[in-house]
Amino acid sequence: MKPDLRSEFVGITSPNPFWLASAPPTDRAENVERAFQAGWGGVVWKTLGIDPPVVNVNGPRYGFWQGDNRRVQGFNNIELISDRPIALNLAEIKAMKSRWPDRAMVVSVMFPLDEAVWSEWLPRIEATGADGIELNLGCPHGMSERGMGSAMGQAPELVEMVTRLAKAHTHLPVIVKLTPNVTDITWSAAAALAGGADAVSLINTINSIIGVDLELMAPMPTVDGMGTHGGYCGPAVKPIALNMVAEIARHPSLGKMSISGIGGVGTWRDAAEFMALGATNIQVCTAAMLYGFRIIDDLTEGLQDWMTEQGYTCLADFAGRAVPHVTDWNQLNLNYVTKAQIDGAKCIGCGRCHIACEDTSHQAIERVVETGRYVVRAQDCVGCNLCVAVCPVVDCIRMERMELGIDPRTGVPISPQPSNWTEHPNNPLLQKDASSILGQGD
Amino acid sequence: MSTVTLDTARLEARFRPLEESLPESAVLTEADRCYYCYDAPCVVACPTSIDIPGFIRAIAVGQPRRAAERILQANPLGASCSRVCPVETLCEQHCVRAEHDGGAVRIGLLQRQAMAHFSFTQQSESLAIMSGKRVAVVGAGPAGMTVAHLLAEVGCGVDVFEAKPFAGGLNESGIAAYKMLDNAAQQEANFLLTHALIRLHCGVALGQSLHLQQLRRDYDGVFLGVGLQGQQRLGIAGENLAGVFSAVPYIAQMRRGEPVSVGQTVLVIGGGMTAMDIAIQARLLGAREVHVCYRRGVEAMGASAREQQMARDQGVYIHDYLRPIAIEGKAGICQSVLLQPTALSEGRLIDVGEPLRWMIDQVFTAIGQCMADSVGEEDMADLHFDQWGKIAVDAQFRTNLKGIWAGGDCTGRSDDLTVHAVADAKAAVLSMMVELRTEEKES
Repeated sequence: MKPDLRSEFVGITSPNPFWLASAPPTDRAENVERAFQAGWGGVVWKTLGIDPPVVNVNGPRYGFWQGDNRRVQGFNNIELISDRPIALNLAEIKAMKSRWPDRAMVVSVMFPLDEAVWSEWLPRIEATGADGIELNLGCPHGMSERGMGSAMGQAPELVEMVTRLAKAHTHLPVIVKLTPNVTDITWSAAAALAGGADAVSLINTINSIIGVDLELMAPMPTVDGMGTHGGYCGPAVKPIALNMVAEIARHPSLGKMSISGIGGVGTWRDAAEFMALGATNIQVCTAAMLYGFRIIDDLTEGLQDWMTEQGYTCLADFAGRAVPHVTDWNQLNLNYVTKAQIDGAKCIGCGRCHIACEDTSHQAIERVVETGRYVVRAQDCVGCNLCVAVCPVVDCIRMERMELGIDPRTGVPISPQPSNWTEHPNNPLLQKDASSILGQGD
Repeated sequence: MSTVTLDTARLEARFRPLEESLPESAVLTEADRCYYCYDAPCVVACPTSIDIPGFIRAIAVGQPRRAAERILQANPLGASCSRVCPVETLCEQHCVRAEHDGGAVRIGLLQRQAMAHFSFTQQSESLAIMSGKRVAVVGAGPAGMTVAHLLAEVGCGVDVFEAKPFAGGLNESGIAAYKMLDNAAQQEANFLLTHALIRLHCGVALGQSLHLQQLRRDYDGVFLGVGLQGQQRLGIAGENLAGVFSAVPYIAQMRRGEPVSVGQTVLVIGGGMTAMDIAIQARLLGAREVHVCYRRGVEAMGASAREQQMARDQGVYIHDYLRPIAIEGKAGICQSVLLQPTALSEGRLIDVGEPLRWMIDQVFTAIGQCMADSVGEEDMADLHFDQWGKIAVDAQFRTNLKGIWAGGDCTGRSDDLTVHAVADAKAAVLSMMVELRTEEKES
């Protein structure tokens, strides 16, 4: 039997954990209909604002950074929230929810700090049959200039205030979508929690200039010779999103909040990583924009394949499993010694590891003249992993743990007992009265 | 036998399709495949040590013209080498991806692409390192042109003497037409030799109006890049019959747009690149059947497996272990060829079985070139020659005569490839710079 992908998120059920994030793919009924036909578990409808609708630029609204083979690695946009009348959106939301009752239908909103607006529109959204409300407190461009979007999301007290407003006027679960354009994501999450949020979703897009047109001497995308910062997303932002999800998930008082993971998910593996770090479900946008809704097949089948291999029968079997393994640097075991090992049979002699190590690391990789292949000198290798990063051959260089003996680099015997920085003799806190440096312990 | 002229229409219709190129849309993708190796094996494999990862990276970051400049720094004939180099036995064979992950990066085609972005009208600047020195270069082929170009760049005055009415050497006359479309060889020759310090004198042949002793007296140094003007002979009966041609002069004639004869059933004798070139071109010119015969096995052929496959793709039949023993004719015209099957026995080639008689109306010999008969006359009498009859040189391409260097096909240190001629020339120029700068001119 195939693993069960059915998902429940703050009481909202969907046949799989993959929702389309509030963004261009969920802008209108035509798109959402196609998404549901393709098999998406749910959608967060493109953010609604009050009438009159916003207007978008009529020039390019997307910018992109392409890597090898012109594959988009990073993407940014200067699009605003829904530019259609709110009543039209509500009618379509209602129709879609009634056509697809098993799919999650969450409605994203961005309203000003005016209780009359919230009290008028949240009940009307609820009346469409929608399953939940998501607060867009994240758009870093355009809307923020009007005091909404990330302008709200960047101020914890406003996050709390808006969340409370929303909760006061709807019975639906309220998900607060967080902006990553803050110093500490946990402050925003704590504010959402304090305001009564049922869950958080993150990350929204990152403030960015994707590139500069060197002929026009203007940021891209360029609108009549000028450009502005936009929201960054796509594969490049995934590491940032993973960290923010993990920071909330491992936080002692926030960790129980439900998290909807967003940020550069394009494959089942990305999704599994977010869920392992504490996300209950996944929202996707850029990958769908780049490849179409059909990627849902890879997401669902791929996740099921992997779950089968691992013996997981449902999402709860692995959700949050990596969270206990996220820690602070000072807790890492300094007696864990690794050395790079190059598989001579796989090495193709490109020399990338050598020059990387020689120029920028520890001069630990040398060329064997007779074979033209490369070997690691354990006495110089600090186990940094740079060679693994630059090697073009899969599994050619591995970091191997030294379990016993003397580390040939330091000349120090390897202790089987873990030991971290807090216990290290070089730690100044151990040499002085720790409390005098820390102040009063908390 | 019919008479055909290689005009533009035929060139475009039949030869152009053989020209290999990378579509513009595939260039960046291919450039991205390069791993940017350090101490890259492809560079080591290139006789001229072109910085291959460096020029490919320039392409990858959208600057193919800079890529071209980088190629030219190592190899002034980067453009023609990108067309004629057997990359499958040089750089691409040694690409770390050759046996890994999708095959070798298409270095040759990327080089071609880069060179297509170079403006051959731009003039290189001169340094003053060799100012006041004057060198005579005999022969305006790849080796001679490289020497002249490099010497001019370091401020040396150069007189180039060429027997033919035009510069370019075998690139201009001996290479298959489908490899050198769009006047590429002439464009390159003009680029290399157009320099304030270079004077080109065409129609001046050594041993006729030009004499080595005089050159030694008049110049600080002399470089001999005279190539091989003689054609090896089979030494069998019937070699002088009408219908029997040496491949290289035939190709030169064809490329000049002069009428050439094309047979119905053509036999090419030889196994090198010129054999494949002439076989393919005979097909393109309209020969109904073209056979290549080689006395040893295909694996011993000088033509790479890829060149052989190109010939097969054009319908050329390649036969190994067949040795011509006589060309037979009637009324002085070639009619058939007698071929002796051979075999390897304990490493030696032996005849096996009865000879075969093939009805052939045109024979091409492509068994190599040699020094022209004029060599050995008093003009060159003092020069030493090696066991292959080529001018003997040391590792710096110095001949036994002080002040005289030689390189390219007329010396025997490397294969007869354009890229080797360039490498020879580079080494010779380095040697000249060392010797001519430290010595005063003999008087």
